[in-house]
Amino acid sequence: MNGMSPIVQTVARFVKVFILLYGIYLTLTGHLTPGGGFAGGVVIASLYILLTLAYGKKFSLKYFPRKLAGSLDSVGALIFLVVAVLGFYFGGIFFANFLQKNYPGAEFSLLSAGTIPINNIAICIKVASSLFLVFIIMAVARIIDKKDGSKDYKQDQEKE
Amino acid sequence: MIELLPLFIAIPLGGAFLITLTAWKLRRLADILGVCAGLPLLVLALLCIGKQGVYHVGAFLAPLGINLVLDGFSVLLLVIVNVIGFMALLYSISYMEQYTAKYKYYALFLLMVGGMNGVVLTGDMFNLFVFLEIASIASYALVAFGCEHEELEASFKYLVLGSIGSTFILLGVAVLYGLTGFLNMASIAQAVASMEKTWLLSFASVLFLVGFGIKAALVPFHPWLPDAHPSAPAPISAMLSGVLIKALGVYAITRVVFNVLGATPLFGIIIMVLGVLSMTIGVFLAVGQWDFKRLLAYHSISQMGYVVLGIGLGMFIIANNGPTLVAGMAIFGGIFHLANHAVFKSLLFLCSGSVEYQTGTRQLKSLGGLQEKMPVTGTTCTIASLSIAGIPPFNGFWSKLIIVIATVLAAFVFPGMLILTAITILVSFVTLISFLKVLRYVFLGELPSLFKQIKDSPFFMGISLVMLSLLCIGMGLLLIPGLRSVVFDPAVEALKQGLDYGKQILTGF
Repeated sequence: MNGMSPIVQTVARFVKVFILLYGIYLTLTGHLTPGGGFAGGVVIASLYILLTLAYGKKFSLKYFPRKLAGSLDSVGALIFLVVAVLGFYFGGIFFANFLQKNYPGAEFSLLSAGTIPINNIAICIKVASSLFLVFIIMAVARIIDKKDGSKDYKQDQEKE
Repeated sequence: MIELLPLFIAIPLGGAFLITLTAWKLRRLADILGVCAGLPLLVLALLCIGKQGVYHVGAFLAPLGINLVLDGFSVLLLVIVNVIGFMALLYSISYMEQYTAKYKYYALFLLMVGGMNGVVLTGDMFNLFVFLEIASIASYALVAFGCEHEELEASFKYLVLGSIGSTFILLGVAVLYGLTGFLNMASIAQAVASMEKTWLLSFASVLFLVGFGIKAALVPFHPWLPDAHPSAPAPISAMLSGVLIKALGVYAITRVVFNVLGATPLFGIIIMVLGVLSMTIGVFLAVGQWDFKRLLAYHSISQMGYVVLGIGLGMFIIANNGPTLVAGMAIFGGIFHLANHAVFKSLLFLCSGSVEYQTGTRQLKSLGGLQEKMPVTGTTCTIASLSIAGIPPFNGFWSKLIIVIATVLAAFVFPGMLILTAITILVSFVTLISFLKVLRYVFLGELPSLFKQIKDSPFFMGISLVMLSLLCIGMGLLLIPGLRSVVFDPAVEALKQGLDYGKQILTGF
């Protein structure tokens, strides 16, 4: 699979920055406006899906290998957990918003709401990489019908 | 102790993600991290016995925040989940060598344990649904872990039926939210206690019954279980049969019906009927099986029938304002059997895993005479078989005895209950027949020449078998009043109080 026609590739090249920016915007302002880490992560993952469709899976695996995506998936979840446990340590309670009291920030500004933006970023990393993983694994796996009626499962060899 | 409650969720989740992050290169690291996550959970769970309290996550108070509730019934399930989970982890160290990608196994295993701990601890309906999905989705993947044709098919069937169950539960939560305006269980209980009963409330309880009934594999909803449980690797079968169907199914429905929606006579009858159906149909399907693990899976359905029958009988008596002593006894019998079943059924599945690990087959007809070659596995499997069949002095006998006595006592007030006594004893008898068949075909008889060279289970597998069989022998001691009043009486009280649960949680213990 080498991607789609040049028209699609050109359009994808133009819109990719805007999609990425929109995903980051949704994530960073998640505590102020509708959106948040999950929505932002889905937007960023959809960017990768668009690139995979337009340029082929070899292209996207070259810039975002599966191992990296799998690691980022765990890292996102671990950041979330660490923030929750830090609440234990500093605030005395699991998930306590320990930053809000010490560094209040102006209300409704970008740096406010304590640990919530950090959680949003963690969720964004997790959702973006795991949705991309789901898509890419479905793209590289093959089901082969054998002659005797049974099925075989095979993965395309990825070149890293 | 109460301030450490979130660790039951944080440790397994953290362990799971650390393992996926770090252990894919170093083979032994996954073993070490897995056991390192299991051991503190075991210790914490044992420390929780006898404690109760409420923990407000993030310092947000109910009804807006999520609270974790530790009461008698939660503690019981928490101990069961973490004890069996730790034994299965020990067992996996050797057993899972035959599979590739062991670290993925540990990660999924810990996710499942984290989900079950969450289900047992949470005091919030929607949170219950979320944790239930974490545990279920991890178990779908674990059932398919062998990636063979049969396993994928079983996993897909489980996935479809499990998702239908989850959808019913989510719809039930939505109906309850629309009806009362709360998601917190305690607040819902208070709202339900003061409102007049509408058909929507019954609708919600039927949705919960179907949803949790699928998770618990009660008889009309059971078809996924006999496929899914044998297909999984043995420690996972032990977790699924021993703990998952209890924590996700029986615990959740008992908690929701007793403490959130309120027990009604009709619901008690329905649950009793489901229990009787599960008992009889499960055991008669089990007798004819020749696949070791499939036979055990059908027995899980049958034994869950006992648990549900005890709990349903208690519910029926309470809702009819019958003698609370008898109701307490029926519930006690049910949850005592729940604890016992977790121990002996996981032991049986682990034994079947040992047999399969050494011989490569689990067809009863091609096995035989393994007692002399595998003495540890043979002895522990005999103990577990006698225990599930209800032979004294093993633990299964005592809990079945209590259920039988409770049905006889209930028959003084509600005469029809004597038929339950008869069915209970008959099913126990058929169980004995079926396990004599297992012992005869696997451990006695002639050793096929194919298996002359086999050895007993490796060290870690053997040690978890021995520890579980010691539990099988020792758990009868829990009937001694001093121990019973610490372990089981708080659990029975927590259920018997019914809708007062709400007041107790919101005002503090």
